[in-house]
Amino acid sequence: MNHFEYARPSTEGEAATLLAEHDGNTAVLAGGTDLFNLLNRDLVAPARLVDLKSIPSLGEVTETLDGVRIGAAVTLDTLARHPLLAGRFAALHAVIDGIHSIQVQSMGTLAGDLCLAPNCWYYRSGYGLLAMRDGESLVETGRNEHHAILGNRGPAKFVSASRFAPALIALGARLRIVGPSADEVTLLPVEAFFVSPKTDRQGTTVLRPGQFISHVEIPADGETRSATYEVLQTEGLDWPMATASVSAVVSSGVVRSARIVMGHVAPTPWIAHSAAQALVGQRLTEESAASVADLAVAPATPLSENEYKVQIARTAVKRALLRLAEQTSTEGGVA
Amino acid sequence: MAERKFAWPARKDTTLIGREIPRIDAVEKCTGKAKYTADINTPGTLFCRLFTSDQLAHGKIKKIDTSAAEKIPGVRAVHLFKDVDDEVRWDGELIVAVAADRDDIAKDGVKAVIVEIEQLDQFVDEADLAAGEKAGRKQELGKKNDGDVDAAIKAAKAVHKGKYGIVTISHMCLEPHGAHCQWDGDKLDVHLSTQNVSGTGSQFAEALEIDAANVTVTANYEGGGFGSKFQADEWGVACAELSKKTGKPVRLMLDRATELKVGGTRPSAFAEITIAGDADGKITAWDSVHWGTAGVGGGGVDVTKLPYVFKFENQRAAQIGLACNVGPNRAWRAPPHPQLCALTMMPIDDLAAKLGMDSYDLFLKNLPQVSNGKEAVYADQMKIAAQAIDWKAKWHPHGKAPEKGPVKRGLGMAIHTWGGGPGACKCTVKVHPDGSVETFLGSQDIGTGTRTILAITLAETFGLPLSAVKVNLGSSKYPQSAASGGSITVGGVSGANRRAAQTALWQIFDKVAEKYKVAADGLVAKGEKILSGDKEVCTWKQAASLLGPMPLEVQGQGPAKDGLTSDTVGGVQMVDLSVDTETGVIRIHKFVCVQDCGLILDEMTAKSQVYGGMIMGVAYALTEERLMDNKTGRYINANLKDYALSRIGDIGELVAIMYQPDSEYERGVVGLGEPPVIAPGAAISNAVHNATGVRVPTIPLTPKRVLDALKGAKA
Repeated sequence: MNHFEYARPSTEGEAATLLAEHDGNTAVLAGGTDLFNLLNRDLVAPARLVDLKSIPSLGEVTETLDGVRIGAAVTLDTLARHPLLAGRFAALHAVIDGIHSIQVQSMGTLAGDLCLAPNCWYYRSGYGLLAMRDGESLVETGRNEHHAILGNRGPAKFVSASRFAPALIALGARLRIVGPSADEVTLLPVEAFFVSPKTDRQGTTVLRPGQFISHVEIPADGETRSATYEVLQTEGLDWPMATASVSAVVSSGVVRSARIVMGHVAPTPWIAHSAAQALVGQRLTEESAASVADLAVAPATPLSENEYKVQIARTAVKRALLRLAEQTSTEGGVA
Repeated sequence: MAERKFAWPARKDTTLIGREIPRIDAVEKCTGKAKYTADINTPGTLFCRLFTSDQLAHGKIKKIDTSAAEKIPGVRAVHLFKDVDDEVRWDGELIVAVAADRDDIAKDGVKAVIVEIEQLDQFVDEADLAAGEKAGRKQELGKKNDGDVDAAIKAAKAVHKGKYGIVTISHMCLEPHGAHCQWDGDKLDVHLSTQNVSGTGSQFAEALEIDAANVTVTANYEGGGFGSKFQADEWGVACAELSKKTGKPVRLMLDRATELKVGGTRPSAFAEITIAGDADGKITAWDSVHWGTAGVGGGGVDVTKLPYVFKFENQRAAQIGLACNVGPNRAWRAPPHPQLCALTMMPIDDLAAKLGMDSYDLFLKNLPQVSNGKEAVYADQMKIAAQAIDWKAKWHPHGKAPEKGPVKRGLGMAIHTWGGGPGACKCTVKVHPDGSVETFLGSQDIGTGTRTILAITLAETFGLPLSAVKVNLGSSKYPQSAASGGSITVGGVSGANRRAAQTALWQIFDKVAEKYKVAADGLVAKGEKILSGDKEVCTWKQAASLLGPMPLEVQGQGPAKDGLTSDTVGGVQMVDLSVDTETGVIRIHKFVCVQDCGLILDEMTAKSQVYGGMIMGVAYALTEERLMDNKTGRYINANLKDYALSRIGDIGELVAIMYQPDSEYERGVVGLGEPPVIAPGAAISNAVHNATGVRVPTIPLTPKRVLDALKGAKA
């Protein structure tokens, strides 16, 4: 086992400094629900782990001028019952509910989820993010049933492991990123956080050595409604085969604006812009949901073994929209 | 004196037998007091890690260099499973073991080992017959032919031809394989995770070239075996050799990935099957070709046992093996009945659909063609199961689910059979002068409740509470008992112990008769008393004290044809489930098993066996699958995230109904471990067929397979 230092800073600046040392060969420890798997399999070999859980500001959920700010060390079970999140952000709550593992709920964090490494079995078997061998993609002609159906024409063919990104993007969330210098802070929309890597070293996010997510900020305008549908095969600890999160402003039963984001279908969360655009001006019905879902998966380019995932993604979008319709109809709107 | 006969007490007279009794070692297991092999940690125990061939499936070793590993402080020894020029034949084959002071040092040691392997041709795609033939991996393994199949098919009212499959799965014991070894001079103590306490000592002795008398194998508690733990195994022998080499105790347990890869598999079977029947649904012909693999030797599922349970007038079957570079098979709970059952019961259900018949009626119609003589029992069991699942009310023709939305509900069923006769067992039952009782036998409790049913057997015989009885098993120094496999344990050990206990009791009765001047043949032991008719003669303790200063020892053995045990069971399983036709996700609502197993010693452990079988069945029907990667030759999902097992939310409502008319009690004890795991794959697949009108040909029924089949049917 590779030996590493363990650091537990008490301020954000200290954390940034600790992460930037060792030439940036460091790792952030939040919930640790996946980091230890990666360490055990020698997929990462950081010289230092920086544990964020003792930084007071990172353990808080606070109200902001336009929504809520969630610290990177706040666990999912805390979020599930936090009064500031109660009754809103349905898309987010649905994801927490879908994580049927009490262990992951009680240790895992939003920021940690956004940084998860792919579950791609080639990556996890040591072939790198791009799963190349002798200049050839192992995914392209191999066991690709769980791989990307969208955005898979580049070298990356895994699917983004983040369960929360679709919901956060649909909700218009931003990330507060600290580092690499102790006093540097960047605000970034969640959709700008993810990268479809061109090389194994590039990683899956824009984070540079020394940077970490300190907070997730979710705006709340009072009118936007949201929903998520995850397609899960089993009731236990499981990863979705596809997810869709949607948000919309609906008035008088008509969609005024909408966002549709799919998860686990591409190397990054996948925003279905034109499908969302097509929804604007329509009523949310079984028919409109189905035709918008068709549009959302229309650009799919399935690999040799995963055409079925197109159907699953389509269903996720349709059902997320229908869940949204249920919410707006119970509020007196017309579904 | 009336003849003294070995027999179980009359059903109405039992105190413990047939009741729901929790395991006598439950508290030890729940509190961690029970020590499993992985818990054995005598002072100075070294840890082991393994270097395996995990980059390819077939190659020739060109170089093994362990010098750097051996130089690491804390690394104590290395063991070579292979040498230069040896072949590695599958992903995960063991090459080097490193023993070290700590687990992390052993891991560092493995990282420092240098092995170079030259790749040879590899083939892992066991489902692809054409590719296997092209790669020169095909073996014609056997054929059978009864009657005139072609003529019967021609004359049939309905003929169905289909493709079917059931994939390879890996053994998945909670406790992986492994051993702890410690030497004392030339004596070797092995704690082994084994189903074969009495039989593995000589395997160690032979491999280590030492006297078998110097080897003691111990297995007090076992985290499952399911047919995968009969051997000392190369890693067990390596553990002993590393211990010898270092002069320290050594523990070597397989890590989970290696366990999945080398701990044993259930062979695959893929088939093309034609089945034909007359207008009433009587099956008149069967024609099958099946292929699959049991590993590098090819092999697979025995053709002589197909079709399963049924024997049709006209039947033809052929078997093809594919030699694949995959880990070897080992007996997997009821080998190879789950595969046989799937291959047989799926086409039968398809024929029902073809004829527009209720599957229940078609199965019933064909019961006269069962080959195990249990026609009447199956008919009874089907009636009970149908009532439990409300078959008549819920049945709809295949593909005609009334639901309007995408989620369709359906019913499926299948029947199964198993032997379960008693295995060989010797035991020593001791009655101490203070009245306490114990037994010694070289059997093992692999998690099935053997200790508990033995305590029940002895306590019932002597009229004592369970707490007065001590069961000593799990040591090769005790009288030898068969390995626990094939559901032979319960009959084997309970029969031998009942015989010994009755013999001991008769001797005590003789002493009581003499002392208290009563007739010996009218005596009964019950409620810690010796009774003559309704009258108390003396207490059990008083009776035992008549033995004098030394305990009474009686040897028991079996099997014997005295009616204490029997064999051959049937069983029926029915499933009510839903299929989400837009996602391919299946949810089990209710799953019923009606099972016979002769006399039940403990209703709770019996039902637990059935529940366990059903849960394992849901796993292999829906999620469990070894996935080989053609490109790399690797077992690509050898981890517990990607090799998915069922969780509590996935299994639905399980209903275990023990089929227990008096005739079952009268025929004595029969094993139950295997039967309930046989039919779930077929029953679940048939229910999906009923719900959707489409056969998903291959088990497990993953969302991909379900959606691909639905799409194919539409095309």
